[in-house]
Amino acid sequence: MKIEVKKVSDFIWEIPKTGDMLVPGRVYADEETIAPLVKEAVAGKPGGLTPALVQVANVATLPGIQKASLAMADIHPGYGFAIGGVAAFDSDKGIVSVAGVGFDINCGVRMLKTPLTRGDIEPIKTELANQLFRDVPSGVGSTGDIRLKESEIDDLLVKGSPFIVERGYGLSEDLEYTEEGGCIKGADPHNVSTRAKERQFKQVGTLGSGNHYLEVQYIEEIYDTEAARIYGLSKDQVVISIHCGSRALGHQIGTDYLKTLEAASRKYGIPIRDRELVCAPITSPEGKKYISAVNAGMNCAFANRQAIAHLARGAFARITGIRPDSIRMLYDVAHNTCKFETHIVNGVEKKLLIHRKGATRAFGPGRVEVPPAYRSVGHPLLVGGTMGTASYILRGTEKGMAECFGSTVHGAGRSLSRVQSKRQWRGTELLKDLAAKGIIIRSGSMSGVAEEAPGAYKDIDRVVEIMHMAGVNRKVARMRPMVCVKG
Amino acid sequence: MTYSYHEHISDIGIKAEARDLKSAFNEGASAMLNVMFDLTTIDENEAHEIRAEAPEIETLFVEVLNEVLSIQGLRELAFKRVETTAIEETAEGYRYSGRAFGEKFDRSRHEARTEVKGATYSGLRYNGGTGGVHELECILDV
Repeated sequence: MKIEVKKVSDFIWEIPKTGDMLVPGRVYADEETIAPLVKEAVAGKPGGLTPALVQVANVATLPGIQKASLAMADIHPGYGFAIGGVAAFDSDKGIVSVAGVGFDINCGVRMLKTPLTRGDIEPIKTELANQLFRDVPSGVGSTGDIRLKESEIDDLLVKGSPFIVERGYGLSEDLEYTEEGGCIKGADPHNVSTRAKERQFKQVGTLGSGNHYLEVQYIEEIYDTEAARIYGLSKDQVVISIHCGSRALGHQIGTDYLKTLEAASRKYGIPIRDRELVCAPITSPEGKKYISAVNAGMNCAFANRQAIAHLARGAFARITGIRPDSIRMLYDVAHNTCKFETHIVNGVEKKLLIHRKGATRAFGPGRVEVPPAYRSVGHPLLVGGTMGTASYILRGTEKGMAECFGSTVHGAGRSLSRVQSKRQWRGTELLKDLAAKGIIIRSGSMSGVAEEAPGAYKDIDRVVEIMHMAGVNRKVARMRPMVCVKG
Repeated sequence: MTYSYHEHISDIGIKAEARDLKSAFNEGASAMLNVMFDLTTIDENEAHEIRAEAPEIETLFVEVLNEVLSIQGLRELAFKRVETTAIEETAEGYRYSGRAFGEKFDRSRHEARTEVKGATYSGLRYNGGTGGVHELECILDV
């Protein structure tokens, strides 16, 4: 397929508005990273998947889309929407799409700050890895010790993290440093199927599998000393990073509503270029139900990361001797969501439904959604790397608010498929290589380790640099992993 | 009868091929289950009913795969295979019935691989009976 890209600046490329596109496409990339995307688009559908740039153009045709169909620097093909895709829709005339959220609703990253340094952890990291692997359930079908009664699940879906904190799993200040306070309004458990709820009873406080992880990292470099001071971060400080989502509940909501919105797309005659883009008008009964179910899924994921943070604090305290409450929240931010937010469009403040699919909210200075302590610099953006590579803390900017609805990347983004990755690496060898670099991995699945090989991902440093140079985010700190418990 | 995987950057594409449609559904389910587990480690101690309905064969395939995932997750099982009983035409499309065989998931005995979050409409294709072969393809979100 022919797809034209126009260079706007060194770090922004535009897919001009043509045919039925309502807005242009805009991709954060440099000369080197745009080239393979264009090549992929020209080559057509590898393995039946629509190329990422074509997906960006497809999203630009959906009713009510505002300004541009955006892709962050970690762009790669998803289903329907590209991963790294951001799209804002008019809250009256726009649509909501399952493909714009994904199956893992509110997959996100939570970071905890410890009072310890790299030197404190280095001698005890093997014991720490073992304790974390024991205490935080991970892997396919993992179940946790935090069991809910059937009557409690609806409460959890409405209340989110506060539900978990009220039960003694965490500090009340954890909520202040969670996006939406860990509880997004408008969750209606009645719009979540019984089966979705039943699948979740035993999964609260579990990591799951795939690219989900719990990492112990140290801060290798600080780029923005003022923001680091405000966030309470210093060089060599040890932090805990938790990457996971809404587990089976989110998967089941996605499955259930894929069917509902497939029917809605036909009912409302919404022109979609790709079957996977099934959607419903935001104001339709189907659209409203789906949004309320996504909100329930978001609360479930916030609660899940809260429960895991509690388990991680316990494991850390046991091995290091520090008090669990001396481990404080930096922030918790989601990267698979659709949310109502207000943004300026053509000089006018508008209520929009923002889809972020493998993209992180990145609100800059001054926004009321940012906790008061961070408001002068914007909230921390947590960008996960892979097992062997760096992770980053960034912050939002005014330019990012104006240009990309306050959004950023969610990680490195894959460059090799899981099949290719398994062909190239063996799990056991990878563990040895990483151990030689001082990184301890604990995982129940060797093939899972091979699929998540660091070499299968794009260069995280480059991905982050593109967003930084484009001026839509600023780099604050870079972390290196010491221990990784992989789902 | 066979199944295969295709290159796909973030997820896994599956392709099932068989002489008849029912067997193609069985192969498709095996392709998905094999992503999640080493199937040789699973015994067939339990059977569970799988039912689904959809307007077309393609969407029925996605529905069946998601139903298998859902029941497996709900009952904490590891399925080894699916046997299709019937695929019938109805006024609204198609109705599927079949059974999934496996046992309670036990991480000490079952080699778990990668969790499948869902079967998607991406890369969804059905090629019915060209040259006597039924092909079903879709992409799994993992």
